[in-house]
Amino acid sequence: MRASRSGNIWQNLDWLTVGLFLVLVIFGWLNIYGASYTFDQTSIFDFSNRAGKQFAWILGSLVLGIVLLLIDYKTYDVLAYIAYGAMLILLLITPLLAHDIKGSLSWISLGPVSLQPAEFAKCIVALAVAKYMGRYEYKLRTWRDLIVPFALIGVPALIIMVLQKETGSALVFAAFLLVFYRQGMSGYVLWIGVAAVALFIISIRFGEIPLPFGTGSVGILTCMLLLTAVEIFFICKEHKMKWQPLILCGSVAAIYGICLLINLWVTVPFNWVSMGVVLALILYNIFVSIYWRKWALLIVAAFSLGCIGYTQACDFVFTRVLQPHQRTRIEVLLGMKEDLAGAGYNVNQARIAIGSGRFMGKGYLKGTQTKLQFVPEQDTDFIFCTVGEEWGFVGSVGVLLVYLFFILRLIEIAERQRTIFTQIYAYSVASIFLFHLMINVGMVLGLLPVIGIPLPFFSYGGSSLWGFTLLLFILLRLDAARMEQLR
Amino acid sequence: MINDQYYKHRYVISGIAIVVVLVYIIRLFYLQVIDQSTKDQADNNALVKQTIYPSRGLIYDRNGVLLVFNQPIYEITMTMRLMGPEWDTAAFCNCLQITRAEFDERISEIKDRKKNRGYSKDTPQGFMGQLKKEDIANLQESLFRFPGIQIQKRTLRDYTYNAAAHVLGSVGEVNQNDIDNDEYYSRGDYSGRDGLERTYEKQLRGDKGVEILMRDSRGRIQGSYQDGELDRTAQAGTDLYTTLDIQLQLLAEELLAGKIGSAVAIEPKTGEILALASNPSWNPKVLVGKERSENYEVLFKDPTKPLYNRATQATYPPGSTFKTIQALVCLEEGGITPNTLYPCSGPSSTPIKCTHHHGSPVALEKAIEQSCNPYFWAAFRDVLQKDGYGKENETFRHRYELWRNDVMSFGLGQKFNDTDIGDQSSGSIPSTKYFDRWYGKTGWKAITIRSLSIGQGEIIVTPLQLANQAAIIANEGYYISPHLNKNDSMQTHIHRLNIEKQHFEVVKEGMHRVMVYGTGRHFAIDSLHMAGKTGTAQNPHGRDHAIFIGFAPVEDPQIAVAVVVENAGFGATWACPVASMMIEQYLTGEVKRKDLRKRIAESVLNESVKKW
Repeated sequence: MRASRSGNIWQNLDWLTVGLFLVLVIFGWLNIYGASYTFDQTSIFDFSNRAGKQFAWILGSLVLGIVLLLIDYKTYDVLAYIAYGAMLILLLITPLLAHDIKGSLSWISLGPVSLQPAEFAKCIVALAVAKYMGRYEYKLRTWRDLIVPFALIGVPALIIMVLQKETGSALVFAAFLLVFYRQGMSGYVLWIGVAAVALFIISIRFGEIPLPFGTGSVGILTCMLLLTAVEIFFICKEHKMKWQPLILCGSVAAIYGICLLINLWVTVPFNWVSMGVVLALILYNIFVSIYWRKWALLIVAAFSLGCIGYTQACDFVFTRVLQPHQRTRIEVLLGMKEDLAGAGYNVNQARIAIGSGRFMGKGYLKGTQTKLQFVPEQDTDFIFCTVGEEWGFVGSVGVLLVYLFFILRLIEIAERQRTIFTQIYAYSVASIFLFHLMINVGMVLGLLPVIGIPLPFFSYGGSSLWGFTLLLFILLRLDAARMEQLR
Repeated sequence: MINDQYYKHRYVISGIAIVVVLVYIIRLFYLQVIDQSTKDQADNNALVKQTIYPSRGLIYDRNGVLLVFNQPIYEITMTMRLMGPEWDTAAFCNCLQITRAEFDERISEIKDRKKNRGYSKDTPQGFMGQLKKEDIANLQESLFRFPGIQIQKRTLRDYTYNAAAHVLGSVGEVNQNDIDNDEYYSRGDYSGRDGLERTYEKQLRGDKGVEILMRDSRGRIQGSYQDGELDRTAQAGTDLYTTLDIQLQLLAEELLAGKIGSAVAIEPKTGEILALASNPSWNPKVLVGKERSENYEVLFKDPTKPLYNRATQATYPPGSTFKTIQALVCLEEGGITPNTLYPCSGPSSTPIKCTHHHGSPVALEKAIEQSCNPYFWAAFRDVLQKDGYGKENETFRHRYELWRNDVMSFGLGQKFNDTDIGDQSSGSIPSTKYFDRWYGKTGWKAITIRSLSIGQGEIIVTPLQLANQAAIIANEGYYISPHLNKNDSMQTHIHRLNIEKQHFEVVKEGMHRVMVYGTGRHFAIDSLHMAGKTGTAQNPHGRDHAIFIGFAPVEDPQIAVAVVVENAGFGATWACPVASMMIEQYLTGEVKRKDLRKRIAESVLNESVKKW
């Protein structure tokens, strides 16, 4: 079917995405029934249980989707900032109206139902960011051009994290980094993100383990050696040197060799030695960059210096800033603590649920782990357990592949847009779905710390389902109108 | 988009999505295909295998009277893993009326892998057992408050009569050895520890059933797993019909009261044991349930050794009762004929004096009637010396060996192997080797072993063997190993003796005369023709043991009896009346001699014998 320039929304609608949406929603609904089913239950439509309620939410979301498709596409562009402002106010007053649900202040009660404004914020932030960056005069050239977009995502993220105490929902805003990257932000930013996580994990995980020689910890030394390698790599790359790498590597190796030798008689503090080596390289780097006017190297030097500080700060953040329960979650995840009754309970039970599904699964409604409520939050954040237990490896991989296909399809849609506004919005949608999938499934599989965010379309809950519906159907509406846009 | 220089970033973003999904698929592959541990963990989480204990087979007497049955008791088990930090120990202790210290001690016992090798925090562990319904009533009501706690119904033995404790045996908790040797058992199970309960354990215990239940994360049972397809119902144990006649057994125990001794009655034709009493005994109810170990210790430490089954385990010199066998063997070996006469000089006889006054010379029947020692010494001597002694004493020793084999064919000097009686002693008929060792091969003659002629000296027998001996004589030459299970399977275990039938007729007549004219005449009754032989076994440790063997009616014997009363003196005085009344009871269904019954039952010969 060729997209028609005339504005028949049903002809231009991307039915493949709608189909994937329906597959995910319906399969998710079946699994909510599975997760909340307790053997003596009767109907999937019974409103007293969660599957029945979810059915109502699904019907609502379909109506919402149709309404969104019927609205003029220009409305979204026009209303973006107004909606953003309204959303900020709503987010700010939410903690005042909310009642405490497991430490979170993000829920507002509206009669029989509760809504979580944060779930709708993603969509509105995406529209606002798209509107700002999609302006004709906007060009992403320097860091300064990113200040406003970062502020647009940072403010609601901070409100959600600090005032509403919903770290998970706030973290999702990091998904916009991918959007900025697509629009031209340096890939190094992503690498810095990766490096920050890696350094944090290494310094925390191995920070307490003493070196077998001298004094100092395995974690710090590893971090410093990595930084040394990064320094040498960039010095060589920017300077296009041919023989210096050998000298640099040789001298670093010599320093460590001598220290090890000295260590035979005097205890050497390797923490300080390794840090000294990195600092020396940084100084050399600065010297080279000033002498040859290679300013890019200054950034590398600053990055390394930041890393040294960051490594030192990690420990401080970990022991002082993080809440005890957050600290425990990280320790459990990194395998530093086994706490199967407490913080590790969810993850362990999730692992048992998924693992015991084996290749083919136990069969629909036959999972004992989930039926007997061994996995907490099994119909919301841990819904993927039910998939793993009842549908096995085949079903879980199937669901992941459908999601992957869905996300790749969204990227495909993003790429075919004619306006920056829609493209940015589309990438926002794809990135948000990817982040949710990554964090949620990673948590259930025990690869990421327990961060409570829902699995889109699967997890029980009206706010999240409607939030994702909003996100997706606005995109579908904009996409259906792409032919009406002038090139 | 025109001039989109960052177009390639699209692939990086798609790549990230693909890598994330790929990593997760690898992780799923590890969890669901490679790692095998989770299946069991899930089963341990969700499935409770509840053992359903079969009810133990009942025990009846030969007439279908119920002797042993079951009463319900309760056991509390706990699964440690399900007992979270919020578990209210104080309330739990309160429900069971135990102290915190007792609770802690029991918990540490359960967790101690040395004492409890099968400990696992995922499986129910026995916390307290053998509780009555009223003990657990409080806990039952608030069971929901204590996740991990289960109450299991079990059964305990109960007894209709305070009788036959030794025969019936008892049921107790299995030990580690039982668990290691028989996979049927697990910790806390019960099995027959002694008596019939032990011998017929496999028949009585039945088959355990299993019910697989699902429990949720809070330990609440959510119904059966897979609609009970994998469940197995318990098969109750098979009832046991014993050969005992409970009325006879009760009488025997009544008559032995206040004395140390035993009485065994056998139906000669079938080898069925009609009564097997050993005193002191105990009330079988005291070795049941919580009090079992405590009471067992009391019984174990009692100087009169009540746990010792004297009827099958104690050995005594048979004394004059042995003269019946002596007569049969001598007749068979051609040492004497029924008409052979030997002189008796009464108390002045040598080398063995006679304890009775009767005419001289005497023939066999009269010798038995009067229990004439010189007669049996002479007959014994003549049998052994029949072919002389030989150069190296070998002819004599060979004759002794023949004599011994004949004696042993009466079931003496050995245990009954083909029977269901657990603890037996073999008794002893001394071998040639034995005397060779003492006296040297050429150093012993008939005179050396003269005490054997009258059942003294090295011969020792059990009361069971004595009763069997009476049965052999009643049967005129065969016996079926005495047994306690009243099914026909034992009837093939027939043992025939190589002794001519007519010899038995003579001995039987002699034994009949004992009850008419001889030592047993005071306890004969007109309506019944009894045959018997009294014995007074010399005992180096104290007064003589009173012994009696007998059977009745002489024409068609229905019951053979042996009675031993330790340190009571003459067999005729204490053992004979017991046997006589037992015969009367069995054959007529009642004891008409009320005064005699009262006198014997109330006589206390040993002050330290307790009545349980």
